[in-house]
Amino acid sequence: MTDLTDRQLLGIMGGIALLSIVCACMIGSTPMSVSRMISALLMTGSAGDIIVLWEIRLPRALAAFLVGAALAISGASLQGLLRNPLAEPGVLGVSASASLGATLTLFYGLATFSPIVPVFAAISGAVVATAFLAFAAFHNASMTTLILIGVGVSSFAGGLMALLLNLAPNPFSLAELISWTLGSVANRSHADILMVLPFIVIGLALILSIRRNLSALSLGENTAQSLGVNLRRTRLFVIIGTGLMTGASVAIAGAIGFVGIVAPHLVRPLVHYDPARIIWPSAMLGGTMLVLADIGVRLIPTNAELRLGVVAALIGAPLFIWIAANLRRTHD
Amino acid sequence: MTEVKLQNITARKVGKTVLENVNLNLKDGEMVAIVGPNGAGKTSLLEVTLGLLPVTTGSVQINRQNLSHLTPLALAQQVAYLPQTRPMAWPLRVFDTVALGRFAWGGPAGKLSITDISIVNEALRACEIEHLKERQTDQLSGGELARVHFARTLAGQTPILIADEPANALDPKHQLQIMSLLRRYATAGKSVLIVMHDLSLAARYADRLIWLKNGQMIADGTPRETLTSRQLEQIFEVDAEVTWKNDMPVILPTTQQQSSTRSPEA
Repeated sequence: MTDLTDRQLLGIMGGIALLSIVCACMIGSTPMSVSRMISALLMTGSAGDIIVLWEIRLPRALAAFLVGAALAISGASLQGLLRNPLAEPGVLGVSASASLGATLTLFYGLATFSPIVPVFAAISGAVVATAFLAFAAFHNASMTTLILIGVGVSSFAGGLMALLLNLAPNPFSLAELISWTLGSVANRSHADILMVLPFIVIGLALILSIRRNLSALSLGENTAQSLGVNLRRTRLFVIIGTGLMTGASVAIAGAIGFVGIVAPHLVRPLVHYDPARIIWPSAMLGGTMLVLADIGVRLIPTNAELRLGVVAALIGAPLFIWIAANLRRTHD
Repeated sequence: MTEVKLQNITARKVGKTVLENVNLNLKDGEMVAIVGPNGAGKTSLLEVTLGLLPVTTGSVQINRQNLSHLTPLALAQQVAYLPQTRPMAWPLRVFDTVALGRFAWGGPAGKLSITDISIVNEALRACEIEHLKERQTDQLSGGELARVHFARTLAGQTPILIADEPANALDPKHQLQIMSLLRRYATAGKSVLIVMHDLSLAARYADRLIWLKNGQMIADGTPRETLTSRQLEQIFEVDAEVTWKNDMPVILPTTQQQSSTRSPEA
């Protein structure tokens, strides 16, 4: 295989990501040709096309890309910190905890105060879960134990969500609560994206600032420290960074699993397994994957539109099993 | 002038005392080997020197600066460390692994300066693994991987090099190669502190031997002074003959003594 430089790889993956977003803008109940799409993009097309493109398809595609990219970065950085290829917000229960935080605000009607309330609640849920998992990881070196604790966190958050569903005061609340658990980017607006974007940008900045440390951590914590890594700061930045990004993703799209494990896993050989160099390509692939999955959601003929989280899980879960089954012995 | 100074060090690990009132002084151009039985506190002494294990009492100074006043990066620019256990979470390329030795000198991820690249290549050449540099570390033998880790330590080009069992997992040829490289490092005016189980190798290459038992320093002196039958009896509880041939010790254990001392704590 010919080696690509980081810039070449990012260019290719960025190009594919852009192409997927263009396709997402063209495909839908009313297909739009390239010329119509360009006209609508330049605000010179028909009023209908301009509304479909700017108000429906583009924000939906951008939301899918943003969520996929944020989840993939969260997965890649958690895997680097915990040195475990199975660490991922969905698998470790971080996404479920974020969903729980958001649904609690819906259940108690706190979301009516401001649309930002569920966002903060989702981020808080994600940060608390990530911190708890990281604490467990640093006190128990076993990778298997960490995954089991993650499964426990996920089940517990799922159980509490089920309790909220069980106690939902009316069918409308129930439907709203269920929508958080299934995950979707349908009907998202530019305002929704702008609301969560700052959190994703801050999370990304935190993770990028310590990404070299993740490479050093490949040699274990003691060696990384002796190389000059500030371990405490690295842990803190990854926990807060992934908490912000996962929480923001859940706030805009609900719980969507497995992107954070599949995207970094596929990219890893292309960057020679370097945890620092995996971040950007993972983001591009994770974003592309969710944009394509969302196109699939719209194309598969079903009575009710499929939810993005459902499709992501149906594709991601078998891939997760395949990755787990093929793990090298060193991760046992 | 480079200097490592440990004064009256006492340290605890998981509630047990692993070092008790230990003093150590390491100067420029000196190669010192810490020897002793399993659980004597050898690795703990290295960890204390690197700030990886906090001290209960006493002080650690690197170049007359208190260890606690040094940032992780400032310390890493002074001291390179080769630990006893060397995990590899991901099968990085050999070149990238050795390049991690340049971590403390900055540079963005995946980018090295021309100077860094030349230093990394020099370390690869010194350890005779230049031909492996494009390989992934999971495609190497145990001995090759051990040399990759050693090359990473050399690439730091720090004034102080600390290595825990540097000759482990190596065949005799490469054991001698690594020990010679360490000796050359010291001869070039830098300081080398190693933990060794192989007393012959330690005595052949080190200027001084520090003998530890149950977390206490029993002796500190040249190999000729301290590597004696009596010392082996006291430290390792074995009867052994020690003879010297061309400044190289030959150790012949004869019998094992009945254990009479307290069990080791670390």
